[in-house]
Amino acid sequence: MRPLFAKPISAKQATLLVLLLLIAVAPAFFPSNFYYRVGTLIFINGLAVTGLVVLIGYAGQISLGHAGFAGLGAYACALGPVHLGLPPALSLVLGAVLSGLLAWLVGRPILRLKGHYLAIATLGFGVLVSMVLANEAWLTGGPDGMAVADLGLRGLLKSAGIKVGNAELWYWLAGLILLAGAWLALNLKDSPSGRALRSLHDSEVAARTVGVDVARYKLSAFVISAVYASVSGSLLALTNRFVTPDIANFLHSIELVTMTVLGGAGTVIGAATGALLLTALPQVLTALQEYEHIVFGLIMMLVMIFLPDGLLPSLHRLLRRRVS
Amino acid sequence: MSELLQFTFSGLTVGAVYALVALGFTIIYNASGVVNFAQGEFVMLGGMITVFAHAAGAPLPAAAALAVVATAAIGILLNKLAIERARGASVVTLIIITIGASIFLRGAAQLGFDKQLHRFPSFSGDDPIAIAGATILPQSLWMLFGAAVVFAALYLFFTRSLTGKAVLATANNKLAAQLVGIDTDFVMALSFGLSAAIGALAGVLATPITLTSYDAGTALALKGFAAAMLGGMGNPFGALVGGLLVGLIEATTAGYLSSDYKDAAAFVVILAVLFAMPQGLFGKSAQERV
Amino acid sequence: MTLLSVEGLGIDFGGVTAVDGVGFTAEPGRIVSVIGPNGAGKTTLFNMISGVYLPHRGRVRLDGEDVTGLAPNRLAERGLSRTFQNLQVFLRMSVLDNVMAGRHLAERGSTLADLLGLPSTRRRSRETERAARALLERVGLERAAEREASALSYGALKRLEIARALAARPRLLLLDEPAAGCNPVETEEIDALIAAIAAEGVAVLLVEHDMKLVMKISHHVVVLDHGEKIAEGAPEAVARDPKVVEAYLGAHAGREGSHALG
Repeated sequence: MRPLFAKPISAKQATLLVLLLLIAVAPAFFPSNFYYRVGTLIFINGLAVTGLVVLIGYAGQISLGHAGFAGLGAYACALGPVHLGLPPALSLVLGAVLSGLLAWLVGRPILRLKGHYLAIATLGFGVLVSMVLANEAWLTGGPDGMAVADLGLRGLLKSAGIKVGNAELWYWLAGLILLAGAWLALNLKDSPSGRALRSLHDSEVAARTVGVDVARYKLSAFVISAVYASVSGSLLALTNRFVTPDIANFLHSIELVTMTVLGGAGTVIGAATGALLLTALPQVLTALQEYEHIVFGLIMMLVMIFLPDGLLPSLHRLLRRRVS
Repeated sequence: MSELLQFTFSGLTVGAVYALVALGFTIIYNASGVVNFAQGEFVMLGGMITVFAHAAGAPLPAAAALAVVATAAIGILLNKLAIERARGASVVTLIIITIGASIFLRGAAQLGFDKQLHRFPSFSGDDPIAIAGATILPQSLWMLFGAAVVFAALYLFFTRSLTGKAVLATANNKLAAQLVGIDTDFVMALSFGLSAAIGALAGVLATPITLTSYDAGTALALKGFAAAMLGGMGNPFGALVGGLLVGLIEATTAGYLSSDYKDAAAFVVILAVLFAMPQGLFGKSAQERV
Repeated sequence: MTLLSVEGLGIDFGGVTAVDGVGFTAEPGRIVSVIGPNGAGKTTLFNMISGVYLPHRGRVRLDGEDVTGLAPNRLAERGLSRTFQNLQVFLRMSVLDNVMAGRHLAERGSTLADLLGLPSTRRRSRETERAARALLERVGLERAAEREASALSYGALKRLEIARALAARPRLLLLDEPAAGCNPVETEEIDALIAAIAAEGVAVLLVEHDMKLVMKISHHVVVLDHGEKIAEGAPEAVARDPKVVEAYLGAHAGREGSHALG
């Protein structure tokens, strides 16, 4: 038994603790309500990115189309209440199930591809989803988007005697869901399935020879990450109370992948860092007005050139070198 | 029948642009293994620089030449400042770097030029030429002619010139190429310069038909990447066929089905092809060595 | 009792025949070595037996059942495990995780349970960790358990691969040059390890260049040259076979040749 309890705290517990502390303490430093909104966006992006950690970081598979699943989740929340009379929360679940199902269907053939071929296939998938959302205006309202029903949680709390501002409520809700998502992904990492995923990342042929059904595990990572993206999209739609097809477009996919890799794709905490930086950065950069894109592109390039493994792993290595 | 011919003409015209973008992808991919998502920005720069140089008083041929040379220089700088420094990084990292470059170039174009749609005059006027009941713009012929010249010239370059053979050797086996004394850094720079120049040329030829603006690059990069993958990454002939196919699929979809889904059709076909042939139409399949 | 039987196995690469008409058998508790000059097709043969390559001709049978062309993971389920000549270690994982991953067949379960961190998942992980640490001890890597695999030396990685292959509790173990690049002491240890594995009833198939090791521990030797079997039999008999001597001396009259002569 000794090795299991030799360490005082596991990496999983440490990660969750850090996240919890950040979420809980940050509001103390918020100068205005607006920061609750930024925090909410960071958590929602962080959720999608945590899903991509499973796909990119654990299993080593690329996707340039995950915004497609975010779009599905978002429009499930927009359409479910209108067309099916479902409450928004149930629509979120329905969207997640549909996204998982779709990922399972398209993932089978797509994940046979490798490298750039996988990249273009997932990209194509994302483009198709965003095109359907933009073109089927009779259902989705087209490029102008459509309104999304209220989640109704605030009203529920109010009737229970709890009064909380909308921005604050979303902050805590999204933070909680991110924590849950991080907990699941961390559970997975050091589980039998997580080992199978990480092994096929490093050597597919060796993973096969120890009995890993590579196709099955890649597919499960794809489905898991799709569900994360879908829930993230649903939350975004619900907090914005509005959705446009832009949520599914190529640039959003790229944004998510960049967040995943920028912080360090292998770990949940790295991905959360990426989500934090790339969500907060544009808010800061808007002050630069027309220089915004130049600076944003430059930062993307510089980080990836000088810290190709992502921020946290590179910093970690730097610190270790200092110490030793 | 004349309708189909009309769609074929317009499909070949845009297809020629895609083919040139795909060729740019292919050249850089072969030399460095990098898929350069900034390839579309080269096309945009080719168009935009010509527009503004022409507006500043330069004659059109001089403006076009300036655009091609300036864009080639930007391509070489991109290689020198970004790609060379990130050597050995993973596929995802390199993709993000080139996407960063593409956002940067787009931002620079928005700043240095403006956010308007632009065009400059066609090379030989805008009177359509009638052929068998369909019509084609003189500029489309220029586009097709330009693409044909580029492909022919590159074919000669790669098969006849020593430098071209050095590029092929580097693509084949970088270490071996270095061992026989090929300057692979030069080959990389050359490939980026060449790709950027070809992209700019595509922009110069296409702008009178398609118009251009600072944000025209992304869509072109996606289509060009798709065309290159459809043909089989790394194969110039595949880039040509892939580009023309994507153009034709788009034009016929727009003509017979719905112009809303013209972009979708190309991707549906690409997905279908990749499911059947995971290496694209003309890509080589590689046996994993263990 | 025959565990593995290979019959007339062959494959071509781009019109060139790499292996042709190779057949032999392997029994539990016995070590069969496949030797031959470089390029004789030994690794290609291993790749066909373990399902990495699809053979163009011939049959592979496990327990008399035809398993030709089954995927490596299906073969693993039937008790076949292997190591690689050009290491295929999971370099981004810890040494311990590498061996734990090798126990995939015993520890795998529902991915949903793994996500939720259910007690069943944690129990499986604990059992795997215990087994993996025992195996690391067996190959002398217990002190490196928490290190990242990429930090190990070449010889240690070779042993790590053996530990990972053993974690699958194989009935048939294919070892592709386990002693290549190892110093004499390490070779000695691997030698003893292989003998011990066989003594536990595992059928061992060995590709090895170190002839001293081959001659010492093999029960049976199969000799390949240019993709074809030119001799097989007991080690001493094979070493005296003129065809074998010629294959080695004719191909490259170096150290290997004189070793083959015994």
